[in-house]
Amino acid sequence: MLKIADKEFSSRLFTGTGKFSSSQLMEDALVASASELVTVALRRVDVTSQEDDILLHLKHPKINLLPNTSGVRNAKEAVFAAQLAREALETNWIKLEIHPDPKYLMPDPIETLRATEELAKLGFVILPYIHADPVLCKRLENAGASAVMPLGSPIGSNKGLKTLDFLEIIIEQSKIPVIVDAGIGSPSHAAQAMEIGADAVLVNTAIAVAGDPVQMAIAFKLAVEAGRMAYHARLAKQGNFAVASSPLTAFLDDEF
Amino acid sequence: MMSFKDLFESYSWDQVKESIYSKTKTDVENALNTSKRTLEDFKALISPVAAGYLEPMAQLSQKLTQKRFGKTIQLYIPLYLSNECTNICTYCGFSLDNKVRRKTLTEEEILREVAVIKSLGYEHVLLVTGEANQTVHVEYFKKVLQLIRPYFAQVSMEVQPLDTEEYTELIPLGLTSVLIYQETYHKEDYKKHHPKGKKANFNYRLETPDRLGQAGIHKMGLGVLIGLEDWRTDSFFTALHLNYLEKTYWQTRYSLSFPRLRPFSGGLEPKVEMNDRELVQLICAYRLFNEEVEISLSTRESEKFRNHCVQLGITSISAGSKTNPGGYAVEPESLEQFEISDERSPKVIAEMIKSKGYEPVWKDWDRVMQC
Repeated sequence: MLKIADKEFSSRLFTGTGKFSSSQLMEDALVASASELVTVALRRVDVTSQEDDILLHLKHPKINLLPNTSGVRNAKEAVFAAQLAREALETNWIKLEIHPDPKYLMPDPIETLRATEELAKLGFVILPYIHADPVLCKRLENAGASAVMPLGSPIGSNKGLKTLDFLEIIIEQSKIPVIVDAGIGSPSHAAQAMEIGADAVLVNTAIAVAGDPVQMAIAFKLAVEAGRMAYHARLAKQGNFAVASSPLTAFLDDEF
Repeated sequence: MMSFKDLFESYSWDQVKESIYSKTKTDVENALNTSKRTLEDFKALISPVAAGYLEPMAQLSQKLTQKRFGKTIQLYIPLYLSNECTNICTYCGFSLDNKVRRKTLTEEEILREVAVIKSLGYEHVLLVTGEANQTVHVEYFKKVLQLIRPYFAQVSMEVQPLDTEEYTELIPLGLTSVLIYQETYHKEDYKKHHPKGKKANFNYRLETPDRLGQAGIHKMGLGVLIGLEDWRTDSFFTALHLNYLEKTYWQTRYSLSFPRLRPFSGGLEPKVEMNDRELVQLICAYRLFNEEVEISLSTRESEKFRNHCVQLGITSISAGSKTNPGGYAVEPESLEQFEISDERSPKVIAEMIKSKGYEPVWKDWDRVMQC
């Protein structure tokens, strides 16, 4: 079972709450996905209100909220936002998103590391969203992150695991869970991430914008389970060693 | 320091116009079939010949918009603070030479307006004024921002252009975004339409987005007033401006708007008409050119047109707007800047958005994001 900080998860599919055509559809899709960790942008919810539509639709015994700091541009703003989230949503979990580039939403490695150091001192469970940078992942691990969330490709792009080689290094080296976040556009991408040994994936756009988000959520759930099973079953090695018709080493068997 | 002016001056209006009008079907098809579109592709997409490709453009625009923004439409509302103005603008109801009663809201009046706006459910307000630097100056804006910040998640501004230092002072008080429309990039025509007042200075206006970028604004809006000049050429220069700004001030978000000239008392007839098909073509062309830019549509447009545009590429919409200072509570009967066309209430607009399969988004920013 996947364990992050002190929490255990039976589902390795984490989800997001943006881009859905209604809060009801979001709820239906997230419930169908069986996801137990759901990220929600602080900027989208009114944490001071008991009647916030998004938050009301996330009140489920199995759903844990993972507030995110999307919108902040530096460590200082991120720490401030995290503190507000902790107070208002009564969770010390935070998905740290610092993207000063609003066009491609590329995470800032320097500010993310700074914020992680700061938030660790304040007792947060920190899940930073970052580029697929193996060194940065180790630095974040040392700084007190509880998991790392490297991207597969640009957020919202649905392009799959463009960073595959780096994700494999990160997974090999990491002592904390690795969650592939961003760019997963289809269940086959999610399965691939799980096959290479990712501990979990986070999917939002691909479910929210699908023709039928509920069916797509189920498809992702199954793909994540299948990918994890394949990882445990160990994939057969790729490539075959065909016997050449004129072997280069056959002469060694010749009688001299 | 390099500004957009240098780049702008390396282009000739007439050459750009000729280039747009000579685009061929092959140019349009190439623009449709590529994934990263250039300014030349954009020219093809806004050219007359692209009109024959409106449906595939719309299909693609919808797909790209949903990928980035999901099935959501943001809602905002203007709050007119003042109609005092020292500029003469040939197309504007607040022009100095227009005989209307001038009014600038007091703090007490602003709060009365805010109460009505809040009761409609809004979290994003757009502050609008004319240009009257004696009374509606940066100190006034500071007071207003401090006064209303507790009530809104997001505050935008559409006022006279300011200096970099002035923007730098306003941003920490909760100013998230600034809209600054060039009106037209045709320099000679600009002078004809702005004969008097500070706004007559074309270059100062042209360099305003640079000043905003240098001040570190979170978001800025660009656009031209459609009807003053050839809309295709003006839109090319808007795209050129956007491209330049995105590369230079990469930490800022951008939005576009394309108000079509609306009638007002004693006003100017549009020199160039743009029909609904052409406006749809422009919306789709912008989306195909830039997948990330926000596109907004105001109540200047008709009910039917707005209903359909929700699914075409726009990302934000206003509703229930009043374009006169005091229009919500203080002086509902005073003269408006322009006639609005879609008079439906925010509630009805939100229902319309839902009926199209989209989620109306009232809040997409938080005071906490800016500290």
